[in-house]
Amino acid sequence: MLTILFDGVAYGMLLFVLACGLAVTLGLMNFVNLAHGAFAMAGGYVTAVLMNRYGIPFLLTLPFAFLVPSLTGLVLERTLYKRLYTRSHLDQVLFSIGLVFMAIAAIDYSMGSQQQLIQLPTWLLGRADVLGIQIGRYRSFIIAVCGILVVVLQFILTKTRFGSRLRAAVDDRRVACGLGINVSMIFAVTFAVGSGLAGLGGALGAEILGLDPTFPLKFMIYFLIVATVGGTTSITGPFLASLLLGIADVAGKYYVPSFGAFVIYTLMIVVLVLRPQGLFARAR
Amino acid sequence: MLRRTVLSAVGAAAFTMALGGAAVAQETLKIGLILPMTGPFASNGRQIETAAKLYMQQHGDTVAGKKIELIVKDDASVADVAKRIAQELIVKDKIVVMAGFGNTPLALAPAPLATQAKVPAVVMAAATSSVTDASPFIVRSGFTQPQVNVPMAEWAAQNGIKKVVTLVSDYGPGIDAEKAFSGTFTTKGGQVENLRVPLANPDFSPFLQKVADAKPDALFAFVPSGVGAQFMKQFVERGLDKSGIRLIGPGDVTDDELLNSIGDVAIGTITTMHYSAAHDSPENKLFVEGFKKAANGLRPNFMAVGGYDGMHLIYEGLKKTNGAGGQALLDAMKGMSWVSPRGPVAIDPETRDPIQNVYVRKVERVNGELYNVEFATIPNVKDPTKATKSN
Amino acid sequence: MKSHTEDDVRRVLTRRGRWGFSEIAFWLVAVATLVFMPDRHLILNEIAIIALFALSLDLILGYAGIVSLGHAAFFGLGAYVAGILAQQGIGNPLIGLAAAALAAAILGLATSFLVLRGSDLTKLMVALGVALILGEVANRMAWLTGGADGLQGVNVSPLLGLFEFDMFGTTAYAYSLTVLFVLFVLARRVMASPYGLSLRSIRDNPLRARAIGIPVNRRLVVIYTLAAAYAGSAGALLAQTIQFVSLDVLAFHRSADVMLVLVIGGAGYLYGGIIGAVVFKILQDYLSDLTPQYWLFWIGLILVLLVLMDRERMVSKARTLWKRTANRLTHRAEPLATTRTAREI
Repeated sequence: MLTILFDGVAYGMLLFVLACGLAVTLGLMNFVNLAHGAFAMAGGYVTAVLMNRYGIPFLLTLPFAFLVPSLTGLVLERTLYKRLYTRSHLDQVLFSIGLVFMAIAAIDYSMGSQQQLIQLPTWLLGRADVLGIQIGRYRSFIIAVCGILVVVLQFILTKTRFGSRLRAAVDDRRVACGLGINVSMIFAVTFAVGSGLAGLGGALGAEILGLDPTFPLKFMIYFLIVATVGGTTSITGPFLASLLLGIADVAGKYYVPSFGAFVIYTLMIVVLVLRPQGLFARAR
Repeated sequence: MLRRTVLSAVGAAAFTMALGGAAVAQETLKIGLILPMTGPFASNGRQIETAAKLYMQQHGDTVAGKKIELIVKDDASVADVAKRIAQELIVKDKIVVMAGFGNTPLALAPAPLATQAKVPAVVMAAATSSVTDASPFIVRSGFTQPQVNVPMAEWAAQNGIKKVVTLVSDYGPGIDAEKAFSGTFTTKGGQVENLRVPLANPDFSPFLQKVADAKPDALFAFVPSGVGAQFMKQFVERGLDKSGIRLIGPGDVTDDELLNSIGDVAIGTITTMHYSAAHDSPENKLFVEGFKKAANGLRPNFMAVGGYDGMHLIYEGLKKTNGAGGQALLDAMKGMSWVSPRGPVAIDPETRDPIQNVYVRKVERVNGELYNVEFATIPNVKDPTKATKSN
Repeated sequence: MKSHTEDDVRRVLTRRGRWGFSEIAFWLVAVATLVFMPDRHLILNEIAIIALFALSLDLILGYAGIVSLGHAAFFGLGAYVAGILAQQGIGNPLIGLAAAALAAAILGLATSFLVLRGSDLTKLMVALGVALILGEVANRMAWLTGGADGLQGVNVSPLLGLFEFDMFGTTAYAYSLTVLFVLFVLARRVMASPYGLSLRSIRDNPLRARAIGIPVNRRLVVIYTLAAAYAGSAGALLAQTIQFVSLDVLAFHRSADVMLVLVIGGAGYLYGGIIGAVVFKILQDYLSDLTPQYWLFWIGLILVLLVLMDRERMVSKARTLWKRTANRLTHRAEPLATTRTAREI
């Protein structure tokens, strides 16, 4: 029972790291970035290539898995995304799906279409027995990393000057502009960090979710579910939503395996029908 | 009314044109290879395409004095697209034979066309037993799920395994594998519990936890190759290997393409399959070397051998018919036997399924690389589902 | 004063309803392909089906501002209804078509109460959820739908008892094209009616629409149901002309593709879906022949470039030209219909 809870938390945490960037871009910039998964895939591939071709240890690859997608994100934001903020959602969808297609084919061309696998260091393998509960070491590692990230993000968002500017920009972009906040700069930084987090999530998730060129399309639905169920105005919303979905998904598949696949979708519909703005959105 | 007359006139005109076209002597023989080249099953498509091209490279591109042209088409793993492409290949490109078919629906959708147009279809990958029932013009060069899973059940029963949990992906081949294994295993006195996993399932943890709770002697797993690697890692992560549960199954979980990167966690896994890249024969050496060279070091898997043998079947069939297609080619392919990289293979003239050896293998490290090492052979296995049906 | 306004409105409405020269030409070309492109009927059939599917999405997206990523739910339901009927021996294609449209309409009506709430994103995701659940249901009910193997044995009787569905796809294409045309004419009439105009006002500003007394919700429910019926018909056409139904009729990529098709062609003027279908399918066919592995890259690149070059401006320019040709005789430039979706909601 507790093991299931634990697995669910780990899965949810992973979803959160993968999807929080999407939630922020949606909330902050009102931009539907379906290419978010492509950044996650980029992170995963950075880790896989560094480990398998250059023999760099798993932990050391993680910073790169963050940096490469975030720099790519920054460049793309400044050159391409920036022009599309004022355009309709449909244009944004078209554009970002186009990017996803290109990313899929490019990865396929350069890396092949097969699954990429990584070898975890031995201290992350297997499981430990803590107070009678069987706990997977790697999953505890994920929970720890993601937990730290959540705390750091929450701190930045609530306690720093940048965070308050960001929140101001999310709440009302025009007024924030009027107050002299450099919204464009905030956009760029946030976008880069969101992409980087996705990349980190992709690297951490490669072991559990798998990694192949269709990754961005396969998980796009999950990212969108997290963003909509959690609401896009804060970071706690997506976080709690990820946990809820992770636990519900794992527990549903464990207790009622024949309806396992329904759980996550049904939950989403129920939440959205009851709370159309997302589970944890403040009323505006 | 006028429109309707026009329509039928058009239809008739098109029909006569096409027939006229077919009657003209063909100098090139076209083979339509319909494969999932993009999408979730893309790696299967690549394996088959590479193997088919390798065969042509090794055996030349002329048969019976005619040039062979291979037309590769992407069906993106969508059944209606597969059917439309097959239809276009038949009416527009006038192929003599179509081949490929990455999974069951992709083979079932175009099947009626094969019957209608009398164009033989060589199924290289789709492994649900019922595929060859869909049309008398379908010949299979790959394998069927029951064919490799019934021997697994027999092996398990003979080797002291009493209680098994099966875990299969919830789609045609998975259910086929589950039925074949469970049926045989229970008649041999074993105990089986069945679990099915949704096909689009990123995390196996809840299912594996259920397996851990059931404490069986062995876990029988079938998941499509690709996902297999992920599954295997999570199996070990959960410590199931240490709690004494053996992992058994068809060779999809220890797919040769990925086996090496799965790593040591795979060692000791027992599988039954018709092909291993480690199969010791001169034919296989030639095949593996050629394939690795063509595919940038990638190892061929059972998909590739299906593609390679499918081309062999087509080549030899066309040689016999002197380039003619249709019923003649079908008859030529039925009953054909040869030594393939996987070992001896024959096409059962009744079911049009391959009769082949199934090997029991164990994952071991050989010369620094992981291989499925064959240690027992069950010779000349027919598709068991159809064998029991006809009895 | 009052009668003057009435006259004005009536004149505008009739003008909207009148067929322009270029529209007639468009459909004549479509009919001509039946005769002059006999070996392309299979892909043309697919184009016609996707065009109908995109037309259905246009009804809710372009005219009512409802964004949906789950439109495949109706398409798939229609396909399964038509397919299962034909498999069970009711092979008459027209009966199958009607039953599929009806079933999809009922599903549309039932789910409209779930979907028509909240923001764009919420609608989009609820619709997606409905489609995904339906996909799972179809997978579970393998005894009826054939599950992941697909529905086999779909035997469709000859159309009107006269035309067998042939290998060349000629009957199939003629059938699909006719259905597309009839449903298109119907949609055109509906959208030119006062009802259609009230929908546009809802799309452009739902608050104001409510304020002037338009029953917003009821209008949206009706159009959602109608669009569902259209999508169901498209699904039925696919099932009947391909004579096979597999789970991917309900898959996410169906919904996403049709959205792409519509956005490429431009939403909100009925021809967008059709033009988008022609462009997208022909491109895809051409590119995947050139490079079966990597055609996705080039499609992606084209999409990105299309957006960067500001497709909307190009489309509206093209439309101005179109309208000018169409209205040559009236000499009155009509105010352009905006393609902007309901961002204001």
